[in-house]
Amino acid sequence: MLEISELSVSYGAISALRGVSLRVGKGTIVTLIGGNGAGKTTTLRTVSGLLRPTSGSVRFMGEDITRLPAHRIVARGIGHVPEGRMIFSNLTVDENLSMGAYLQKDKAAIARNRDYVFGIFSRLKERLRQTAGTLSGGEQQMLAIGRALMGEPKFLMLDEPSLGIAPRLISTIFERIIEINRDRGIAILLVEQNANLALEISTYAYVLETGHVTMEGASADLRKNPQLKAAYLGG
Amino acid sequence: MTEFLQQLLNGLSLGAIYALIALGYTMVYGVLRFINFAHSDVFMVGAFIGYFVGGLLPHGTFWGGLAALAAAMAGCAVLGIVIERLVYRPLRGGPTLNVLITAIGMSLFLEYSGQLVFGATPRAFPAIFPAKVISLHGLIISMNQVTVIVVAAVLMVGLQFAVHGTKIGTAMRAVALNPKAAQLVGINIDVVISFTFGLGSALAGAGGVLYALNYPSIDPLMGVVPGLKAFVAAVLGGVGNIPGAALGALILGMVETFVDGSRWSTYKDAIAFAILIGILLFRPAGLLGRYRAEKV
Ligand SMILES: Nc1ncnc2c1ncn2[C@@H]1O[C@H](COP(=O)(O)OP(=O)(O)OP(=O)(O)O)[C@@H](O)[C@H]1O
Ligand SMILES: [Mg+2]
Repeated sequence: MLEISELSVSYGAISALRGVSLRVGKGTIVTLIGGNGAGKTTTLRTVSGLLRPTSGSVRFMGEDITRLPAHRIVARGIGHVPEGRMIFSNLTVDENLSMGAYLQKDKAAIARNRDYVFGIFSRLKERLRQTAGTLSGGEQQMLAIGRALMGEPKFLMLDEPSLGIAPRLISTIFERIIEINRDRGIAILLVEQNANLALEISTYAYVLETGHVTMEGASADLRKNPQLKAAYLGG
Repeated sequence: MTEFLQQLLNGLSLGAIYALIALGYTMVYGVLRFINFAHSDVFMVGAFIGYFVGGLLPHGTFWGGLAALAAAMAGCAVLGIVIERLVYRPLRGGPTLNVLITAIGMSLFLEYSGQLVFGATPRAFPAIFPAKVISLHGLIISMNQVTVIVVAAVLMVGLQFAVHGTKIGTAMRAVALNPKAAQLVGINIDVVISFTFGLGSALAGAGGVLYALNYPSIDPLMGVVPGLKAFVAAVLGGVGNIPGAALGALILGMVETFVDGSRWSTYKDAIAFAILIGILLFRPAGLLGRYRAEKV
């Protein structure tokens, strides 16, 4: 489905990714873990077309999308729930969701997707007229995911969905992520600092350190890996 | 009392014109975080389009006046879109200062091209709308003032609808809030920016015609002073904030008119600006603006 090869990205003189390669198979959940500043967000932003790589390529469903503008990449079926949620805070919940369906012309599809989003995040339905900035952190994350689902993606990237969210809501959100993957067959690339949780719900994992992939493997195996345990899983 | 109402009416019509210009400054700032200094010259071009198109149509009729107004709006929308496309867009992503300096250059370019093409001598603006004057218990109401207020009110209601009731308007607000997130939902930022320039420039074009109606002489440098006032009005209201720009413009128009009618009239601009500075000392983000650190 998604295939990143030898991707290098820099911010001016600072190089953030140095030859990162990874793949996400159809219908799978893959996770990308790593510490602060490892380059996880940079990877996702490059896939989405917000950043331009200095070298390397991104292929999606067999086609090269490396240099497409961001809105074209969305049109191909890639959804991105960005770090820090980035909901449109002055817009209502309703308007946020309709912006999620910006490229969708088919009214029936929009209605269907809205129902799906309300089905998994019923709180959003109760708060449709509310200004999005007044939602709680967890609700904002639900809205960010809902907004991405309104675009009917085939592949969804989530950047630290557990960040700054009440522990009680984290498990809800992760359950929903599993559900989205299972019910809609959407392939997922999950970026997390909470490695335990990420390895639990994914089938395959990559570990990123200072712009390199330093380890990869089946999530079940990585959970038992002593090195990884020491570094990311709290011993 | 009559005196007061008279000034209120004058202030309202002046403020309405400032508002039409200020909205363009504030909308462009909202999506691009830069001040389009050439905006006041788009206003001037609007007045000239009104002058030439109005000259071809029968004077003193509503339909003729509205047609000239529509032509000025359409012409300015195209001009605004073209300026952004050819001049500002290639610089996007670079340092903000570069774009600002370029905007000043663009402004000078329009002013001096105007002098070259139209000549520097002021021209009398034709009475394109019906120009009756009604006297009501000593209150002098000119049809032109009424036209200004009504047209400005209609355009602002229309703008409110465009920004809140349409998909592209909602996309414009989304881009202003967070351009990255806007791209991630599939919004083509370029289209939204063109739309913003078109909309803002059309309003400035209407402002140019309405201004020329009430201050009936036009020249290529006519945009400078009202443009500066409208810019200040936008800052006063909270730059980037659409209702704020309208409010700031009305306040500025009122203050200016009332000071002008008092014995301090020589200092009207100084006093108007002193009041603005006073307000900004207490509300640095403007009346309706919310302070936020500059995004990187
Ligand atoms: N806009 C930027 N300008 C300059 N350097 C940047 C920028 N964004 C990120 N970087 C640098 O690039 C590197 C990778 O950053 P990135 O945000 O991708 O890390 P991350 O793995 O997502 O970290 P975190 O877990 O803290 O979110 C870091 O060294 C960071 O300082
Ligand atoms: Mg990150």
